[in-house]
Amino acid sequence: MFNWITQIVAVTLFSIRSLPQRKGSSVAAMLGIAGVVAVMVGVLSIAQGVLKTMESSAGEKNAIVLRSGADSEMMSGLGGDDTRIIAEAPGIARDEGSALASPELFVIINLPMRSTGTDANVPLRGVQAQALKVRDSFKLVEGRMFEWGLNEVIVGTGAQKQFAGLDIGQSIEVGQDKWPVVGVFETDGGLAESEIWVDAAVLQPAYRRGNSFQSVYVKLNSRDAFDGFKDTLTSDPRLNVKPMRETDYYASQSTVVYNMITGLGTLIAIIMGLGAVFGALNTMYTAVSGRTREIATLRALGFRAGPVVISVVSESLILAFTGGLIGAGLAWLAFDGYRAATLNWASFSAITFAFDVNASLLIQGIVFAMVIGLIGGLFPAIRAARQPVAQALREL
Amino acid sequence: MKYFYLIFSGLKRKKMRTGLTILSIMVAFILFGYLTAIRQAFDAGVEVAGADRLIVRHKVSIIQLLPQSYEAKMERIDGVDNAAHTTWFGGIYQEPKNFFAQLAIVPEELFDMFPEFVISDEHKAAWLETRNGVLVGRRLADRFNWKLGDRIPINATIWGKKDGGRTWEFDLVAIYEGAEKGTDTSQFFFRYDFFDETRAGGTGQVGWYTVRITDPDKATEVAAAIDAEFANSAFETKTEPEGAFIQGFANQIGNIGFIIMSIMSAVFFTILLVAGNTMAYTVRERTNELAVLKAIGFTDRAVLGLVLGESLALTFVGGAVGLGLAWLLVSTGDPTGGSFPVFYLPTRDLFVGALLIMAMAFIAGIIPALQAQKLQIADALRR
Amino acid sequence: MTDDSVDGALVKVHGVDKLFKRGSEVIHVLGGLDLNIPHGEFLALMGPSGSGKSTLLNLIGGLDRPSEGTIEVGGKRIDKLSNRKLAGWRARHVGLVFQFYNLMPVLSAQKNVELPLLLTKLSRAERKKRAAIALDVVGLSHRTGHYPRQLSGGEQQRTGIARAIVTDPTLLLCDEPTGDLDRKSGDEILDLLQALNKEQGKTIIMVTHDIHAAARATRTLHLNKGRLSTEAIA
Repeated sequence: MFNWITQIVAVTLFSIRSLPQRKGSSVAAMLGIAGVVAVMVGVLSIAQGVLKTMESSAGEKNAIVLRSGADSEMMSGLGGDDTRIIAEAPGIARDEGSALASPELFVIINLPMRSTGTDANVPLRGVQAQALKVRDSFKLVEGRMFEWGLNEVIVGTGAQKQFAGLDIGQSIEVGQDKWPVVGVFETDGGLAESEIWVDAAVLQPAYRRGNSFQSVYVKLNSRDAFDGFKDTLTSDPRLNVKPMRETDYYASQSTVVYNMITGLGTLIAIIMGLGAVFGALNTMYTAVSGRTREIATLRALGFRAGPVVISVVSESLILAFTGGLIGAGLAWLAFDGYRAATLNWASFSAITFAFDVNASLLIQGIVFAMVIGLIGGLFPAIRAARQPVAQALREL
Repeated sequence: MKYFYLIFSGLKRKKMRTGLTILSIMVAFILFGYLTAIRQAFDAGVEVAGADRLIVRHKVSIIQLLPQSYEAKMERIDGVDNAAHTTWFGGIYQEPKNFFAQLAIVPEELFDMFPEFVISDEHKAAWLETRNGVLVGRRLADRFNWKLGDRIPINATIWGKKDGGRTWEFDLVAIYEGAEKGTDTSQFFFRYDFFDETRAGGTGQVGWYTVRITDPDKATEVAAAIDAEFANSAFETKTEPEGAFIQGFANQIGNIGFIIMSIMSAVFFTILLVAGNTMAYTVRERTNELAVLKAIGFTDRAVLGLVLGESLALTFVGGAVGLGLAWLLVSTGDPTGGSFPVFYLPTRDLFVGALLIMAMAFIAGIIPALQAQKLQIADALRR
Repeated sequence: MTDDSVDGALVKVHGVDKLFKRGSEVIHVLGGLDLNIPHGEFLALMGPSGSGKSTLLNLIGGLDRPSEGTIEVGGKRIDKLSNRKLAGWRARHVGLVFQFYNLMPVLSAQKNVELPLLLTKLSRAERKKRAAIALDVVGLSHRTGHYPRQLSGGEQQRTGIARAIVTDPTLLLCDEPTGDLDRKSGDEILDLLQALNKEQGKTIIMVTHDIHAAARATRTLHLNKGRLSTEAIA
């Protein structure tokens, strides 16, 4: 055992000493791997960012009620009477006597994106007072809350950053009227930060909605209260609704975007990874061929093939690891927290999010790099170890 | 030329290295081709957009409806040739992931406004005869294997029926092909009269208008004129050229062009490193051989050409195979399973690929080639 | 030994110096060298390592330039030619034979011999024919399709010689042609060179360590510390 270690060390020392000769090739392979990891982590961080936004939005104890058959608030429609019946269902938490059920209106307003100047479908949500209590991550960070009954709006931080004209003091145009922006709010990174909020009573006439809403958000007493809540509503003959846990609802909203990006991102990463493998193989074959005589001499002297293989593979792994670290670091520096917006296919409205380069992604990137390094080193190593000593000694 | 043999034989020297470098280059070009097709999927709509068409929508938001009565008013405006309304249906076919666009429109208007939809006279007649008939694009028909005569039920989410039901039944009577490669043939059109008489609410209201103008150069003026006509009314409009409208939509999805450019830059940069490195090693190892060639009488410039030639041979083989494979990959179909309106590799981008091959060959090979050129025979031959 | 008049000599070297820089050090390899080589001579250049014999060979063959002095071959001042013209001149007038053969490992013997012909305007068929003739002269007609790694040392050197004579050059320059060969193969090579000199009148300049090799030449000169003499320094 000890013998093995000495051998490995000796062979590795040889390779380290000859590294300067191969520094061009080694740097090329390392940067190649760094590039692959950076791109992979960068692209996948988009999907992670969208997911994070979705997940932050979902309250554990919360549920959302849509019309039966609707997949998103946009497609749903509930009458004012329906929302009152829903608010009386069992399991809903109460605060100072009134149920924490929030009927809401969900429409779109077109505003220009700051980045391109072209219009985006920005979500405009009409809410009632309970909305703030149902969504307990709600927090006003600038300005003030709008006054109920007035044409005033507050905007989420995400919306304010991505779309033009949403600074406090500016107004959005709805038909003939101008609705001034009076405050900016946060909801802990959730979906609502892409939205503009206004009093539902003001929104309904502006969009000619009579007394109808699109959804009811409720906060239940506990997570388990959902089943009872759901059963009551679905068996009520007056209603035709679809209650969902908020977590499930948001998961369904993000599926399309998440799957698409993750799918494409993975495809790109694999193709690039293949390229990096070829690059690494190239480097390691060159590394090995340059030392054929050295390695053969060692073996002729009595060193065994095993340590040779290990030494070559280790060198490749170290290169790959360094490359992976650089790539992951680059991706983290360049992308983490970068704000952008994309389209939520389900509700046809914009979601703002921030690229999320999280720990799991960084680790995936480095592992990927190591796999590339392993493959890149294994084949040349085996070849070096298998070559007949006599032939190798003669090679120039 | 006679030097081809010499150039290619140089590549045979270290087969493994040459092979791996070619494979790396190949991978880069596969990615280039594939990503280009993806970018084209987003750009195609903008490219084939009619230069003489404008889109008129509700000013506040696209989901708001406009009165059907606007059509006549618009057609009276100077510079307007024809106006056709379209309304988004937004239903579900079997399940949500089978998403495609369902639109209500007046058949004659479609024929007139969208000549890029190629429909046989037979099919046109069939559609005009069948009240609940639908005109479906080739891509969509192929996706679900629909045949003429099929009954297609769509579950409405927005538009309930007057009788209270939510399932609308349509008969497939017509299929359209695209006049150009980039034409969207994944849409589902049904008759506006059937729509208006069956829907429970919103009678006389439509989604948006497509307007054809007589002079494309006057697009901005006519657009302003249309918006002015309806300013201060209950339904204000926003009018823009069709291309701009589609571009705006793509922009919402994300700055795709920029993302793809960035990825490709990263890829090409790293592959350039690999190729450049290979060329550098090649020259370094063959100092002796190159010196012998010079000794025999090959000029400095000839040796420079030889090294660049090898670089080009390397990148050409890798690049050509890569582009070819990308082409094959793209022809296996839309990776999103149907959401892209089109999916193909534009010929124009194949030319760009060829240029990139040459650029890569030059950048990777120029420094080693210059070194080879400057090689001093006597020094290099010294053992 | 016939004595051509100096003016009729094929190679005229006059007052040639050659300096090399090694870092900050300047080394005088050749100093004030004069040499005339008549047509048809088989000259052997001998001397200890570092005496500058290969350097002299390189200068005569136009592979390097003198620091001082003139070199005239066949009436042409090659020290005044530009690099490009020198390359062209070499292609037509000089054949080179190296100690380590310097064949292209990726080309067959036939293709190796054809290499210098690529620089001419000859057609493909012509090139093939001439290469075949050259290989026949050196006795390798049966091995034309083989690659260098499949040939023995002697066969590789013969291929090298074929390559050197395929353009029918004025001058044949050999740098230790038998240095890497065993006695028997070496003798075969020397036989070949001698035949080329006697039967075809080729002017040959050969650098060598080996007295037996030098014995085959028509004249031997010794180079020591950059100076020529007819006798070896003990």
